[in-house]
Amino acid sequence: MQAFDAVVVGAGPAGLNAALYLVRAGFKTALIERNSAGGQVLSTSEIENYLGFPKGVKGYELADLFSAHADAYPVQRLRGDVVSMESTEENGKMHILHMQEGEDIKARAVIIATGAGNRPLGIKEEQMYKGKGVSYCALCDGNFYRGLDVAVVGGGDAALEEALYLSRIVNKVYIIHRREGFRGTQIYLDKIRSMPEKIELVTSCVVDSLDGEPNLKKVVVRHVQSGEKREIAAEGLFVYIGHVPNAQFAPAELERNEQGFLITDQEMQTKIPGIFAAGDIRAKLCRQVCTAVGDGATAASSAIRYLEHLNA
Amino acid sequence: MAIEVNDANFDAMVLKNELPVLVDFWAPWCGPCRAVAPIIDEISKEFEGKVAVCKVNVDEAQAAPSRFGIRAIPTLIMFKDGEVVDQVTGAVAKDNILQMINKAF
Ligand SMILES: Cc1cc2nc3c(=O)[nH]c(=O)nc-3n(C[C@H](O)[C@H](O)[C@H](O)COP(=O)(O)OP(=O)(O)OC[C@H]3O[C@@H](n4cnc5c(N)ncnc54)[C@H](O)[C@@H]3O)c2cc1C
Repeated sequence: MQAFDAVVVGAGPAGLNAALYLVRAGFKTALIERNSAGGQVLSTSEIENYLGFPKGVKGYELADLFSAHADAYPVQRLRGDVVSMESTEENGKMHILHMQEGEDIKARAVIIATGAGNRPLGIKEEQMYKGKGVSYCALCDGNFYRGLDVAVVGGGDAALEEALYLSRIVNKVYIIHRREGFRGTQIYLDKIRSMPEKIELVTSCVVDSLDGEPNLKKVVVRHVQSGEKREIAAEGLFVYIGHVPNAQFAPAELERNEQGFLITDQEMQTKIPGIFAAGDIRAKLCRQVCTAVGDGATAASSAIRYLEHLNA
Repeated sequence: MAIEVNDANFDAMVLKNELPVLVDFWAPWCGPCRAVAPIIDEISKEFEGKVAVCKVNVDEAQAAPSRFGIRAIPTLIMFKDGEVVDQVTGAVAKDNILQMINKAF
């Protein structure tokens, strides 16, 4: 079994930064990722609010920069999916990670930085139209809708930002949002409101059903108060209604909030000594690249303090 | 490594291949495509001689994706004897891809 001082699970911004801090502090560190490094940043078209990039930066470019920075130090990169973990007593606490394939990995300290995935709409046609109209990545699939009409569901920054991205490619974008007001940042809203012929706001509505054969042709929305239905002719439906935490593998003893995000103290420490969490996986207000990177540094610093204490 | 396939050789490499073929429709600017790429390469090694693994860059080949109604990438399609056996969209786990491959045997 491979053994490390510290293992970081998930190579998004939080995990990459945590690994960077740990390895620079001289600890033998592994970074486990099931896909390739970058996390959600890889699926973001343009990031305009990460300090240091006044002209904005493409998601994949930022992901590559993050990854190259971690690779400038001897971080042990492992590819694989962590399916469960447990803690044992072996000269003090030891954490064992079970992998989908291959050998277990053990470490004195573990940082969980597995981020979040898309929250699905939860209507019955969703699965059927996946890849046939329903998408969770405007950057990936937007090009297939060149010149067509599409809808975006959601009212937060991700929805607004991706609606703006789509508006440059498609004929028309409808933004379907269940409330009257938007949570998203004012600057996106101002841009959107300045082009009413290109982007139409469909507020206080939820997606009721989807229709079309074999591909999506029609999105039926329902007004949340009146119950009145309206058909929107759209060939694409891009879903940005929030996140679900990737925390299935984490020990059941860890505290979670009602949506399943992991609860830590302000130093990223969970209830189990030696297990820390960082980034979007945590219960917190602001889920962004900058806060993920910050959490990663804090979690690594806590882990370093913990490891030094063990070695003392 | 997976074989790069374009519109000109798609029929020969995919539809007329004697082996079952896994095709990955992708593009260089697509994050989730890059996320699954290492899994596709792993599979091409593990199934060498049993499954042909091909990649179609949708920026360079447009006819093949539109023939199969591709509207999202990455889309993975499993072919056997020129017929579609199964397909999935998005950055799925390796397990899902292995299940799809199994359907061709
Ligand atoms: C469309 C969109 C637009 C956005 N726009 C912005 C923006 O403009 N500005 C901004 O600051 N933020 C933006 N964000 C949010 C930002 O991307 C996230 O807050 C940030 O990526 C969180 O980083 P993370 O490291 O916590 O998690 P993630 O980025 O989610 O990374 C987690 C990683 O862990 C891996 N993983 C998960 N489970 C396992 C497992 N069991 N085993 C192994 N690996 C695993 C995943 O594959 C992933 O690579 C956007 C997000 C989206 C989806």
